[in-house]
Amino acid sequence: MSMLTVENLNVYYGVIHALKNISFHVEEKEIVALIGANGAGKTTTLQTVSGMLRAKSGSIRFADREISRMPEHLIVKQGISHVPEGRRMFANLTVLENLKMGAFTRKDKKEIDDSLSMVYERFPRLKERTRQLAGTLSGGEQQMLAMGRALMSNPRILLLDEPSMGLSPLLVSEIFDIIQAINKQGVTILLVEQNAKKALSIANRAYVLETGSIVKEDSAQALLNDDAIKKAYLGE
Amino acid sequence: MTFLSHLINGVSLGSVYAIIALGYTMVYGIAKMLNFAHGDVIMVGAYISFCTTSYLGLSPFVSVLFSIFVCTVLGIVIERLAYKPLRQAPSLAVLITAIGVSYFLQNAALLIWGSSPKTFTSVVGNWSVRLFDGQLVISGVAIVTILACIIIMLCLTLFINRTKMGTAMRAVSEDKAAAGLMGINVNTTISMTFAIGSGLAAIAGILMCSAYPTLMPTTGSMPGIKAFTAAVFGGIGSIPGAMLGGILLGLIEIFSKAYISTQLSDAIVFAVLIVVLIVKPDGLLGKHVSEKV
Repeated sequence: MSMLTVENLNVYYGVIHALKNISFHVEEKEIVALIGANGAGKTTTLQTVSGMLRAKSGSIRFADREISRMPEHLIVKQGISHVPEGRRMFANLTVLENLKMGAFTRKDKKEIDDSLSMVYERFPRLKERTRQLAGTLSGGEQQMLAMGRALMSNPRILLLDEPSMGLSPLLVSEIFDIIQAINKQGVTILLVEQNAKKALSIANRAYVLETGSIVKEDSAQALLNDDAIKKAYLGE
Repeated sequence: MTFLSHLINGVSLGSVYAIIALGYTMVYGIAKMLNFAHGDVIMVGAYISFCTTSYLGLSPFVSVLFSIFVCTVLGIVIERLAYKPLRQAPSLAVLITAIGVSYFLQNAALLIWGSSPKTFTSVVGNWSVRLFDGQLVISGVAIVTILACIIIMLCLTLFINRTKMGTAMRAVSEDKAAAGLMGINVNTTISMTFAIGSGLAAIAGILMCSAYPTLMPTTGSMPGIKAFTAAVFGGIGSIPGAMLGGILLGLIEIFSKAYISTQLSDAIVFAVLIVVLIVKPDGLLGKHVSEKV
């Protein structure tokens, strides 16, 4: 039984058919990457899973539960946490307040504090900036805060949208190391990336999206050696 | 001494404007809309208090609580029925709806309570404090109004900055979609903002009618517009701004009535607003927010 199963999903923006009957699945503890060009539907896919967008038809099952019609604020409670494209920090809230908002659905104060120490351990730079307004952080720190905030809900699966966007190569490597470490701790990862090479280097499996359809599915290793993929997405 | 007396009256009137302006500014900050029906909720609050004391014989204190309750519910109902269906609509449609709700409330009040003015009995009573051998008389209503304003301001600031729900409100005001991803129910948060604003409007209506006892279906509209002015004056979306704007507006109004001209006082108030907005378009305490593209 897959952790996340998406079947025959159709999503529209007005009259534009953004996702055309896509199906994919993510197993527990996996890192699965969605790669593809701009506008292929990668972000739309994540947004539909987390409830920011509504599917016209199709099903999204998470841990045996149908969530495609569930209100957005209840989906987090199921154990799905979404780090949106562009980080979407609450710029006028402090780092600590942002992290606490990540734990909004949780009630147990002790458990929240445990998650907070875990996040601070994983991102020591956030601890140094705990009282600072999120809007004053650098790009890399904001990405860390976005991921830390998402982890505060104690998710079973993390949806990451373009974590490398706008970051220096050195920082990108740091962020990807952290993603792997989070995964090793038992959090399943569904990753959307423009930087296909980087994404495939840490993923177990990947799906290739083209104008709203999944055109290829394989292990990350196989895709890294696939000539067509190399040419189209890896710049080789 | 007369100066001091005008000062106190100004702060007292300004406190009423400030309490009303808080409702405008919170709703604007979170729902990004101008709720022009807010002024008429004041009038409903005053009528409810009037009816429960005059017809049901309830004590003033109970009538205030009851009126707050009714207005809170009214605020939530207005949001659900009139504004929530327009969440994705252009802001002009929401603005016109708000004006519609305003007329609806005024006309409903006209049907229920008639057009002849009612004389509101002060919920505070008729006591006053005499200072400097009776040269300075401060009415009980003025004292209670100023105290109420200070307490509301303190509680609201603590609520917004220190509580989980308050932080969630600030999160919703910054980014609704991201707040939703945190598991914050955006609709509940918006409802709550309307509830708080409308509850405060009830308090403002009762305090205002305790000081100026003529109650008519249109009683709320002018103070509503002035409080909106105060909110813009202080920087709309800013809670301390609404407070500052309200008090300054009250002071300007009372001082122009006292020293310049009674007829021109409203003109002077709005002239000051125009000057401030020319010099500082975001209001006194407003933050300049550049629109994201």
